[in-house]
Amino acid sequence: MSPGARRRRPPLALALPALLAVAFLAVPLLGVLVDAPWGDLGARLTEPAVTEALRLSLLVSGWALLLSLLLGVPLAWLLARTDFPGRTLVRCLVILPMVLPPTVAGVALAQGFGRRGLLGEHLERLGWTLSFSTAGAVVAATFVAMPFLVISLEGALSGIEPHFEEAAATMGAGPLRTLWLVTLPMLRPALAAGAALCWARALGEFGATITFAGNLPGTTQTLPLKVYLLLQGDPAGATAVSLLLLVVAAGVLIALRGRWVGALQPGR
Amino acid sequence: MPRTHTHRTRRTLPAPPRPAALLLPAALVLAGCGSDGGATGDDAGSGGGSEVTLTVLAAASLTDVFEEAGAAYTEEHPGTAVRFSFAGSQELVAQLHGGAPADVLVTADTDTMASAAGLTGEPETVARNELVLITPPDNPADVEGLADLDDPGLRLVLAAPEVPAGRYGQQILREQGVEAEPDSLEPNVRAVLGKVRWGEADAGLVYATDAVVAGDDVHTVPVPEERNVLAEYPAATLNEAEHPDEAADFVSWLNEETARGLLAEAGFLAP
Repeated sequence: MSPGARRRRPPLALALPALLAVAFLAVPLLGVLVDAPWGDLGARLTEPAVTEALRLSLLVSGWALLLSLLLGVPLAWLLARTDFPGRTLVRCLVILPMVLPPTVAGVALAQGFGRRGLLGEHLERLGWTLSFSTAGAVVAATFVAMPFLVISLEGALSGIEPHFEEAAATMGAGPLRTLWLVTLPMLRPALAAGAALCWARALGEFGATITFAGNLPGTTQTLPLKVYLLLQGDPAGATAVSLLLLVVAAGVLIALRGRWVGALQPGR
Repeated sequence: MPRTHTHRTRRTLPAPPRPAALLLPAALVLAGCGSDGGATGDDAGSGGGSEVTLTVLAAASLTDVFEEAGAAYTEEHPGTAVRFSFAGSQELVAQLHGGAPADVLVTADTDTMASAAGLTGEPETVARNELVLITPPDNPADVEGLADLDDPGLRLVLAAPEVPAGRYGQQILREQGVEAEPDSLEPNVRAVLGKVRWGEADAGLVYATDAVVAGDDVHTVPVPEERNVLAEYPAATLNEAEHPDEAADFVSWLNEETARGLLAEAGFLAP
C-alpha cells in the first residue's frame, strides 16, 4: 500500500458508523468528566479509604501481570510454535475467561479453588486459603486478565516468520536461548501492548473478585469494588474514584503506546 | 541503497499488529470454538397479553417472595404484569437518582426510603424482618450464638455497612459488645447467604427470611428477640411512575390478605 492510499478520504459509508462508534465510546467517559466533583476532587481522592483501595489495586494488578507473564508467555509460545493435540481446545480454554461474565468466572473460581472447591481442601491443608484474601483477588484478576496477554502474544508470534529463529538454531542456539535472544526482542512491542491490556483488565476487575475473593477494605476491596460500594451512598465519591481509574488506565495505555510506536521504528 | 531498504521492509513486516487488531485472532478463534457463553436470566414477569407492566425496584431480601407475589398479583389483576429489579436498597435508590424508570420502590429500611424522599409518595410499611445467624449445615466452626463471632480465626461474612442488613448487623454486634472481624463485607445480603451456602464462610448474619429460602443448605442460629433488631420494609410509589394508579394499587395490595399470607410464609413478620 502506498502512503497516499492510506491518506485517502474515507468513504462516508465507513466514516459515519466509525464516528458513531467513537461517540458511543466517548459519551459515557465524557459523562464521568462532566459529573466529577471537581471542586473537592483532591480531598475525595486522598481519603484514606480511597488511597488504601488504590494501593491494593496496584498491588493486585501488578501481581496479576507478573503471574500472567510468567505463565502466559510460555503458553503463547507453545500455542504459536508447536502443534500438540488438543491445541484448539486449549486456545478456547484461554479465551473463555475473556467472554465469561466475570461473576460466572468468580463462581467457577470458587468451585475450583474455594474452600470446598476441587482443589480448595488441598490448598487449605497447605495453609493457602484464597477466598477472602489478597491472594484470592490476585487469582481472580489473573484468571480474567491473562488471556489478553496470551492471545496478543500468540497473534504476534504467528506473525513472525520463523526463519529468524531457524537461523539462530543453525548457529547452534538452543530453543530457550533462541526465545530469549531472538524471539522475545522481536516480540517486545507486542509484549508491551499485551501486557498493557492484561494489566488494564486486571486493574478493572470487579465481578470475579467480589464473587470469589469478597470485599474487605485493605484486603480485597480494590478500586472497582470501592466504586461499587460508594455508589450505594456517595455517588459523587463513586464518580471521583471512577475518574481516578480512568486516568490511571488511560495514562498507562498512552505511555506504553508511545514506547511501542518507538519500538516499531525501523533501524532501531 | 535498495538492499538496505528491502532488508528494513522485511524487518518491519513481521511487526505485531496494533492493539485493537490483536484481538482479532481472539474473535476468529471464538467463532470457531462455538462457545455458548453464560446463561443470562430474565426476571421480567410473564407478560402475555398484558397491557400494563409495573416495574418494581425491591430490596434483595424480597427476591423470592416478591416473585411469587408478582405472579399472584397478576392473577388477581389480569392485564397488569409486574416485573422486579432486585438489588441492595441503597443501590436501588442510586439507580433511581440515576434516572432508572420504575413505578414502585420497596426498601429494607426506613432510612434508605427516606433518602429517596423527593422521588416517592408516602411510604407504607409492608413487612418486618429480623436477623439470624447462619452457618454451613455442618457448622464447621461450632457457632452457637453471637458471642462466638469474636473468634478472629472464624471466617465471618457480613453485609456491607452501606446496605441495611449490614447496618442492622453492626448495630446488633455493637449492642452486644461483640468485637467481630469480618472477612468480607458483601454488597447485599443475598451475597452473604451465598458465601455461607458455598462453605466459603463459617458464619454470616442474614435476614430470617433468607435463612428460610436457603432451607437445609444452611444451619440457622436464631438471635434472641431482645438482642435483635426489627427491620421495616417500606413501599412507596414513585413520582415519575409510568403507571401511577396501578403502582398505588400494588402498594396497598401488599398490605392485603394475599400478600400478607405470602410474606408470612416466607418468614416475614406482619408490619
